[in-house]
Amino acid sequence: MNPVNYLYLAALLFSIGAAGVLIRRNAIVVFMCVELMLNACNLAFVTFSRMHGNLDGQIIAFFTMVVAAAEVVVGLAIIVMIFRSRHSASVDDASLMKL
Amino acid sequence: MENIIGLLVALPLLGAAVLLCGGRRLDRTGHWLGTILAASSFVVGAVLFADMLGRSGDDRTLHQFLFSWIPVGGFRADVAFQLDQLSMTFVLLITGVGTLIHIYSIGYMEHDERRRRFFGYLNLFLAAMVLLVIADNYLLLYVGWEGVGLASYLLIGFWQHKPSAATAAKKAFIVNRVGDMGLSIAIMLMFTTFGTFAFGPVLKSAGDASEGTLTAIGLMLLLAACGKSAQVPLQSWLGDAMEGPTPVSALIHAATMVTAGVYLITRSGAIFNGAPDAQLAVVTVGAVTLLFGAIVGCAKDDIKKALAGSTMSQIGYMILAAGLGPIGYVFAIMHLVTHGFFKAGLFLGAGSVMHGMNDEVDMRKFGGLRKYMPITYVTFGLGYLAIIGFPGLSGFWSKDKIIEAAFAKGGTEGWILGAAALLGAAITAYYMTRVMLLTFFGEKRWQPTPSPDEPSAEPAADSAGGGEMPHPHESPKSMTVPMIVLAFGSVFAGGLFSLNDSFLHWLEPVTGHSHGHSPLSALTVTLATMAVLVVGVAIAWAQYGRKPVPVTAPRGSLLTRAARRDLLQDDFNHVALVTPGQYLTRGLVYLDHSVVDGVVNGTAAAFGGLSGRMRKLQNGYARSYAVSMFGGAAILIAATLLMRAV
Repeated sequence: MNPVNYLYLAALLFSIGAAGVLIRRNAIVVFMCVELMLNACNLAFVTFSRMHGNLDGQIIAFFTMVVAAAEVVVGLAIIVMIFRSRHSASVDDASLMKL
Repeated sequence: MENIIGLLVALPLLGAAVLLCGGRRLDRTGHWLGTILAASSFVVGAVLFADMLGRSGDDRTLHQFLFSWIPVGGFRADVAFQLDQLSMTFVLLITGVGTLIHIYSIGYMEHDERRRRFFGYLNLFLAAMVLLVIADNYLLLYVGWEGVGLASYLLIGFWQHKPSAATAAKKAFIVNRVGDMGLSIAIMLMFTTFGTFAFGPVLKSAGDASEGTLTAIGLMLLLAACGKSAQVPLQSWLGDAMEGPTPVSALIHAATMVTAGVYLITRSGAIFNGAPDAQLAVVTVGAVTLLFGAIVGCAKDDIKKALAGSTMSQIGYMILAAGLGPIGYVFAIMHLVTHGFFKAGLFLGAGSVMHGMNDEVDMRKFGGLRKYMPITYVTFGLGYLAIIGFPGLSGFWSKDKIIEAAFAKGGTEGWILGAAALLGAAITAYYMTRVMLLTFFGEKRWQPTPSPDEPSAEPAADSAGGGEMPHPHESPKSMTVPMIVLAFGSVFAGGLFSLNDSFLHWLEPVTGHSHGHSPLSALTVTLATMAVLVVGVAIAWAQYGRKPVPVTAPRGSLLTRAARRDLLQDDFNHVALVTPGQYLTRGLVYLDHSVVDGVVNGTAAAFGGLSGRMRKLQNGYARSYAVSMFGGAAILIAATLLMRAV
């Protein structure tokens, strides 16, 4: 199978993730879309690695997964705290950081 | 012997320090301390003088090196003194006449509660002036020069509770600054030209410099001399300086301050000798001022201001003589010394008259005082005869020599200068006779003092005016004795100096001397001087001696009215300098407000407004920030791709 198809899939997943981040209000969903974008990138890395016969892309994919895991821990904790204090997980409600 | 030169300055300086820092506990004895220190400075001067006389003419210069003041690379300023015949003459005049004025002030300032401070200032004045004349380089001279300016400011404004005195002091200080500017520029020019400003090297190598440089230095020195010596165009402070106590006027006019300019020009003779244009400027200033001062002196009714005009005029003679070059230096200094005696005597006499007349200064309200103040009358009279050049008295010998030297300048210039000097002599005779007649002769024109703020000791008979009639009386001994001593000087000094040309031989090794070729014989000049003297006295007699003098001044001719206003000097300054200066500063203030501040404030306002708009972008919605991030990333990627495609 032509590896370029994987790239198309990666681009599609990334676009879905980006649209979800921009459109959806629920913090959990936004968070999942961010993960989707990260994994779209991972897929692209792995594909390129395969296409160029070079392992660098696969290694970077592992790094990304580790970072994403760490991010999930911190991000989920924040979201849970916000939900506890405001009884809402909407990102638009948490808009106090403005002048 | 040279080790004690520093004492000449140190003693009065010590007096000033002790009196000014000593506080009230010195109030009772301070004036004696000041006087004794001034007198001991004179004694040191006399000892040095005696020592100097014991050596031959070319071997008389003494040097004392104290310490290196500012040694920086090639720049080196020393605190070192040089005492030669010229300095010696000044030292004796300054400390001698200064001491007499100290003694006089003991009586004159007796009722002033700030007398201690007054003596402190007087001592400071003496110290600064002595430093000025014994410095061995121009920078140290400048220190003394500024010290004199400071002391004159403090003394002219001594009665600072009077706004007029405070203003006069400021005026004197500011006008003097203009001259000081000239001196500092001259010193800088000297340093760039000669690499030093010690008298010895500068004056020795003056001949090597180009004439243009010497002219520039000379003109700057002349500006300095104009400020300190009250010469046109910087003379306007002298008349107002009469606001100070009378002993101060005597000190400024006779021994210190105004003589500094003459000293500077004579000391810098080598520079002027190489710059004929600068010399021409000097003689022009001298000739103009001697007529200017004389005319002002004719119109003033205030006895001190009349004498101030006279000082201006007499210093004009000295500057004129100093500008003539080697034919005139000696006579400039000789006239300076004789003038020191009779002008100090005249001022102290005027002070004595005011002392007896409840501080009245208007001569039209004097009259007939000779019976009431015999000692003042005689001493003032001798000073008067000396200043108009009565044969045999001091002024006769010195002024006659200057007029001769002016003619000896040669050519048209010589005739013009000689004629100006002769005319000045006639006017001098006129205005001094006027002062004499108005004050001591004629009927009494005394007026009750309008507001007796200082009640006199004896109860006054009430007069029609409601105020007190003055009770003229002779002044105390502390005041009359200095006047008598000065009167002796006024009578004999000139003759003594001219005996065997002793003064000429005394100063010649320092200033040099050459006889010009006068188109007129000495006898002719003397006779002409006598003739104009008689004419001047006769006119004054006809105007003020034969007929009664009105108490209120008549309106007078246009010239009289102008002369009463110092020949419109202040008006000229106001129109030519003050008003444009005010417009300039107003313009600059406007420029500062609109342009400089405008740029700064405008920039700040622009950024403020911009940030006001920009901050609206910070709306706090995470998703809108995400949009900006995506947008930015998209633009970056698009740009990168575009660049790659190109």
